[in-house]
Amino acid sequence: MDKEYLKKLFSRSDWDEDTIIEADKIVSRIAEEYLGLDTYPNQFEIISSEQMLDAYSLIGLPISYNHWKFGKDFVMNQNNYKKGRMGLAYELVINSNPCISYNMEDNTTCLMVLVLAHAAYGHNHFFKNNYLFKQWTQADAIIDYMVFAKNFVAQCEEKYGFDEVEEVLDSCHALMNYGVDKYQKPRKISPNEERERLKKKLEDDQVFLDDIWRTLPKDKIEKARERRFPDQPEENILYFIEKNSPKLKGWQRELVRIVRKTAQYFYPQGQSKVANEGCATFTHYEIINKMHEEGYLGDDFMLEFFHHHSNVVFQPAFDSQYYSGLNPYTLGFNIFSDLKRMSLNPTEEDKKWFPDIAGKGNWAETFRYIVENFKDETFVLQYLSPKVIRDMKLFSIQDEQEASYYEVDAIHDEYGYKKIRQNLSESYNRNRYVPDIQVYDVDVYGDRTLTLEHTPVNKRTLDSGSMNKVLPHVEFLWGFPVRIVEDGKEIGTTKK
Amino acid sequence: MSINIVDRRKNSKGKSSENRQRLLKRVEDQIKKALPDIVKNTNVKDLTSSKDSIKVPVKGIGEPQFHYDKDSGDKKHVHPGNKEYTEGDIIKKPQGGQGKGKGQKGSKDGDPTEDEFTVSISREEFLDYFFEDLELPDMVKKHLNSIVDFKQRRAGYSNYGNPSKLNITRSYKNSMARRMAVGMFFDKKIKEIEEKLKETKIKANERIELEKELDRLKKMKLSVSFMEEVDLQYNNFEKVAVPVTSAVMFCVMDVSGSMGEKEKDIAKRFFMLLYMFLTKQYERIEIVFIRHTTEAKEVSEEEFFNSRESGGTVVVTALELMNKIIKERYSKDWNIYAAQASDGDVWDKSDALDCAKILDLDILNSVQYMIYIEICRRNEGDLWQSYKTVANKRKNFEIGKIDEVGEIWKVFQDFFKKKTA
Repeated sequence: MDKEYLKKLFSRSDWDEDTIIEADKIVSRIAEEYLGLDTYPNQFEIISSEQMLDAYSLIGLPISYNHWKFGKDFVMNQNNYKKGRMGLAYELVINSNPCISYNMEDNTTCLMVLVLAHAAYGHNHFFKNNYLFKQWTQADAIIDYMVFAKNFVAQCEEKYGFDEVEEVLDSCHALMNYGVDKYQKPRKISPNEERERLKKKLEDDQVFLDDIWRTLPKDKIEKARERRFPDQPEENILYFIEKNSPKLKGWQRELVRIVRKTAQYFYPQGQSKVANEGCATFTHYEIINKMHEEGYLGDDFMLEFFHHHSNVVFQPAFDSQYYSGLNPYTLGFNIFSDLKRMSLNPTEEDKKWFPDIAGKGNWAETFRYIVENFKDETFVLQYLSPKVIRDMKLFSIQDEQEASYYEVDAIHDEYGYKKIRQNLSESYNRNRYVPDIQVYDVDVYGDRTLTLEHTPVNKRTLDSGSMNKVLPHVEFLWGFPVRIVEDGKEIGTTKK
Repeated sequence: MSINIVDRRKNSKGKSSENRQRLLKRVEDQIKKALPDIVKNTNVKDLTSSKDSIKVPVKGIGEPQFHYDKDSGDKKHVHPGNKEYTEGDIIKKPQGGQGKGKGQKGSKDGDPTEDEFTVSISREEFLDYFFEDLELPDMVKKHLNSIVDFKQRRAGYSNYGNPSKLNITRSYKNSMARRMAVGMFFDKKIKEIEEKLKETKIKANERIELEKELDRLKKMKLSVSFMEEVDLQYNNFEKVAVPVTSAVMFCVMDVSGSMGEKEKDIAKRFFMLLYMFLTKQYERIEIVFIRHTTEAKEVSEEEFFNSRESGGTVVVTALELMNKIIKERYSKDWNIYAAQASDGDVWDKSDALDCAKILDLDILNSVQYMIYIEICRRNEGDLWQSYKTVANKRKNFEIGKIDEVGEIWKVFQDFFKKKTA
């Protein structure tokens, strides 16, 4: 089809399926040839605002098990939306294969092309290639798994009762942040090792059972008793409960597993907001400019596009009433754009900071390399450039518990770049918002009390109100009392 | 690979309705607790007739998580848009521990789930909550007693029946199946004989026999009848007993000078509650409004609540009128409910005794249930005294006192507490 025709088609504000199909032909070509993106097939769904609210409440999953929590999210979103306190996103995209994106029916043609490039190619590429997503999620299986989860929960409700199922799910949800593996579980041990272990275990049993041993030196027994269970602290509390809880029934274990799997599926998203949104925003920006360059888009289209784009990357200053933290779209987009700039037009500074990139002209390759191998923490640590720090006028403040004042720790100058990088990177560390709590010990020989250990980071302490509300949930799942310690001191317990 | 576009707009929208129902179940207690306030603050008309949803405030239903105490620890925050700060600058912390850094992580540290929010429930849902624990007294009993009507209901098909109920389609299907089955039997035989005839070695006399047989079979095949008795199917109907679904509600109110606006408002709300309750139970409800001073009159709803008269009070006239109306219009097949509201004033003691007498001897025998509420009266007057003896004696008569609008719900509940089996 000739360009003039397409240009006219895209400059109309209303669209139909053909518009999207034609746009997709161009977008997919540019994504592949110009940016080298590798994506899942796309399923582009058109939905109404009410359906978008539905999608929100299931965090974008097209299907999930039934629970009041989702109803609550729905009601809250609906209230906010109806009162005009909240706008709805233009799109919502799911890490699945095919990659499903929901797109609002009242988007204009320009917005549709924008979200097509942004979600169906940008996010899609990120989902398919980023190492966290590759390692921790199965895009092929998630929809089927959620269908299974929904049916399983429904069956349990029928068999064991609504309240019984809800009780388990409520407790699991309270531990959802602790249903996540951050590191690969050790591989299955080989038969040889298994034999060795069994031999060792039998020997140990002798220590306890054989009367002759009783006459032997005490310290050997003591030593065996000193061994904790689990041997190593376990960070995935739900996993530990699923495998080891003495009281859970089979179906309850399966419910724990479902929540744990769901939490794991969403784990990479929390770790890669900046990189992911940066990737999608950079992608739509590059693709649409390229389309304009190739003559598919008119100036009127571009005017509207820039309007939307600048809304997406709007970053209010810290003292503005609209300020609510750094906008991940802006930060990610700025970093990627600056990498492109220094790859093509480097300054002396760039050559010093990024010798492998500055002037090398390999920006698209660099972009793909980062998308594949980084999460927010590492992405910011390695690629936040002095120019982006200066452009955004980033500064860092130190807030010490004891001090009655804040201290400005670093600003956008020669001395501050590295510190800002460091501090910002740390703020994306998961332990900044999810306290480090692990299963430490079980009193195997006594009353089976489960001990959790909180390891404070930067002297931060747990909020005791919420802690005391969560512990009974842990106790419910574990079946025996639960205590929590910090630096060897007990800070909470369900024991009477 | 080309893009797959799916238009979901036609799909059903209520994907979250199941989860919403569960939320409602979860906050049921809160909704029920909010009911008296809603009754108190909502205009009667809105409550009973408006199609709008009813908003119920709900306090956070917690989803607890482990999280940090937001004031604790040493933190570093990076913010954009620096204007005047240089390294080493000192900024005083605002009092009360509300750090400026709250913008960034504050929302995560606080428990956002404790926010108050409102749940909108439809009128039907509202009424369900409203009446969930209540049950009209002895209603089940009355239902059993008052089976009066019969309805014809479809009940499958039968082989017998009168011609007007013949089900043609089914009968024809049967006939077709029968004709095919029987026809095939003959077809098979005819084919066998034809095969034999084709063979050359057959003797002449045998051939004649066979041809005769063939002829006979062909004739018989033609004689299979089109419709036979066994094919016929009739629509079957059953008589089902249905309980009477209509009720009449009598509202009796004293409108003499002593009943002020406040008293009338309370009475009105109480009547409306009763009305709403009955709406849930019966398909058709009629309301008869009787107001009285020294004389009783049947009036329209408008007049009943709004116009005001002065004068004394003779209560028994109202009851007599009610009794008369029941006898004339509602003596058969009606579930009768009555509610009487008064400030308890009577002309003299004999009036009160007359009232008790007519209730006991006449009215309470025909009504399903009657309620008397006395509004804003401190001491126990003659009417209360004499009604009390009746209430103690009769199960379908209850009396109660209301002083404030807020008490209506409570009193109403007491009347209709579900009887625990």
